[in-house]
Amino acid sequence: MKTMFMDGNAAAAEAMRLARIQVVAAYPITPQSPIAEGLAKFCVQGTLDAKYMRIESEHSAMSACVGAALTGVRVGTATASVGLALMHEILNVASGLRLPIVMPVVNRALVAPWSLWCDHSDAMPERDSGWLQLYAEDAQESLDLALIAYRVAEHPEVMLPVMVCLDGFFVSHTGMAVRVPDQSEVDEFLPPYHTDNLLLDPDKPMFVNPLTMSDEYTELKYQHKIGADKAEQVLPEVMAEFAKKFGRKYEPVEFYKCDDAEEVVVTLGSMSGTASYVVDQLRAKGQKVGLARIVSFRPFPHRLLRERLAGVKRIAVLERATSIGGAGGPVLAEVRSTLTNLPVRVEGFVAGLGGRDIPPATIEKVFDHLRTAEPQCRPTWADVRSDAMTIREVVQ
Amino acid sequence: MQGSSQVLDMVSPGVSACHGCGLEIAFRTVVNVLGPRTIVVIPPGCSAMFSGVGGETCVRIPGYQCNLENTAATLSGIRAGLDMQGKHDVNVLGCAGDGATIDIGLQSLSGAMERGDRIIYVCYDNEAYQNTGNQASGSTPLGASTTTTPGGKPTYRKDMMQIVAAHHIPYAATCSISHLEDMVKKVEKARDCGGTAYLQLLGPCPTGWFFDSDQSVKIARLAVQSLVWPLYEVTNGTEYRLTHKVSKPIPVGDYLKSQGRFSKITEEQVAFVQQRVENDYAALLKRVEG
Repeated sequence: MKTMFMDGNAAAAEAMRLARIQVVAAYPITPQSPIAEGLAKFCVQGTLDAKYMRIESEHSAMSACVGAALTGVRVGTATASVGLALMHEILNVASGLRLPIVMPVVNRALVAPWSLWCDHSDAMPERDSGWLQLYAEDAQESLDLALIAYRVAEHPEVMLPVMVCLDGFFVSHTGMAVRVPDQSEVDEFLPPYHTDNLLLDPDKPMFVNPLTMSDEYTELKYQHKIGADKAEQVLPEVMAEFAKKFGRKYEPVEFYKCDDAEEVVVTLGSMSGTASYVVDQLRAKGQKVGLARIVSFRPFPHRLLRERLAGVKRIAVLERATSIGGAGGPVLAEVRSTLTNLPVRVEGFVAGLGGRDIPPATIEKVFDHLRTAEPQCRPTWADVRSDAMTIREVVQ
Repeated sequence: MQGSSQVLDMVSPGVSACHGCGLEIAFRTVVNVLGPRTIVVIPPGCSAMFSGVGGETCVRIPGYQCNLENTAATLSGIRAGLDMQGKHDVNVLGCAGDGATIDIGLQSLSGAMERGDRIIYVCYDNEAYQNTGNQASGSTPLGASTTTTPGGKPTYRKDMMQIVAAHHIPYAATCSISHLEDMVKKVEKARDCGGTAYLQLLGPCPTGWFFDSDQSVKIARLAVQSLVWPLYEVTNGTEYRLTHKVSKPIPVGDYLKSQGRFSKITEEQVAFVQQRVENDYAALLKRVEG
């Protein structure tokens, strides 16, 4: 093991190198480009023995990954924002074909308006694409969760693709001292990929993905669902094995000071560090608050959340995405649904869209609001400016 | 085809193709030339009848049904995966219609050709989205009536071979089901060219072109004889060669009048097509002569 100063992008690329991916099909996009560039550099240097495909779009990148994965090799790609949206059609193919592709997604807002900066409006619409989704808090987690992701993805009872989501710039471009495992350690943790089904091999001919009638479509989707359900059990097992081998402990949900908490904020990704700081500050003032950081959004950790948040009075779900016209943001809807029939109030908060920072003040405001405001069905926009409705007004 | 009876048929004898389908003849020919060490990628469209339904397929070779616009990118990915495993002997074949190639699949194909990926891309051109009931594509000829050009298509077709040639791939050729020996040679050259190969193959469609189903091969021959579908090959994007010379071309009108889809074409349009076909052929000859 060695310690290196690297940002989230470099850590994600390093994880893919350590995973010995054999085919890379990546299309550059801000803020993911350093991953596509990093993998190209590894291939030229010879530190990664892979075929690097300089592909012409994200749609083709995912298509090429599907094609390569169907020959039985471990593949790699990465994307962000509109690139992920362009992949949408083939994301569903990859998951429906049970191909264990691991893909860093560097979270960036969708257009319009044009934005280069972080929110989760790219990854959240893909929550129903049949992929698993892990959210990293920092560069170290980008590396670690990617390695964990390969093991979960390729588990024979799971066989599903995984997005490793890292917040654009906040994680992707923020450097830290990252502990990088040795290749030999990773090789022990992650053996070569092998599959016998959904494979294109002239020695064992098989036709993959023909038209499927309604007498079998439901059953194949059910198999897919069972794979994701299985991942809820496999993920903590793999995380425990990872902790044993590499010394860093992960859980599908990280609970911080939740045991006696009356109020808990639920977060994803890079905002969580700030949230834990605010929890400490409020605890110092005698408030019984806690933090539940969701690492695994897919599979959604239903059991863990129900067990650990059963005694909490009020929960604030803070998310960098919304569902315009809907009753809740994606995370709010999941948490509420999960905690059905428990005597706990769940409120939703939207903040940090399009790269807006989520400072301690925003999270303090969320806790205040949770305590003082009337219950609401729909999420509160926690950091919207008071002059929102006059921005870019056309003056007649 | 000499010796073809000794080759194991890679395609099931009973398939759900329409009666008189030009594609069926073409697909059998291409797949049988390439043989068992071939992986076929098929997007939705007429050739998806070879993919099969549910647990049954019509091909003996491994295959994958991709999406409408990503045949080439999928082939490239398969090639990369095979090459990384040392399986260089396996042919990677795509069989996509004109809509999946010339319209929605153009970007993906252009990317693969520019990278020079070693794939064999067959565009079976039946000049419209025939599998979904004859909607016009960028390959539909001027004056042809389809369900989305019920008054006849007002524009000329896209010159895909020129687009392909501009990518300077090692091998590109036109084929017709009326000239199978010519097709066989071209499939062999495509297989052995060492890079991206593109074949554009005319496959007349009785149900979309409106002719009797016993006329498919004859109509393909009329297309060749009228110079509407010249048979030629392009090596490295610059070396053109006619593979079948037509000494006495028949009038374009004879070809057009053989099909119900041109029932609404005007005399002016026929004259325009005649002129355009002659000009295109003259330009082709010029390139052949270099």
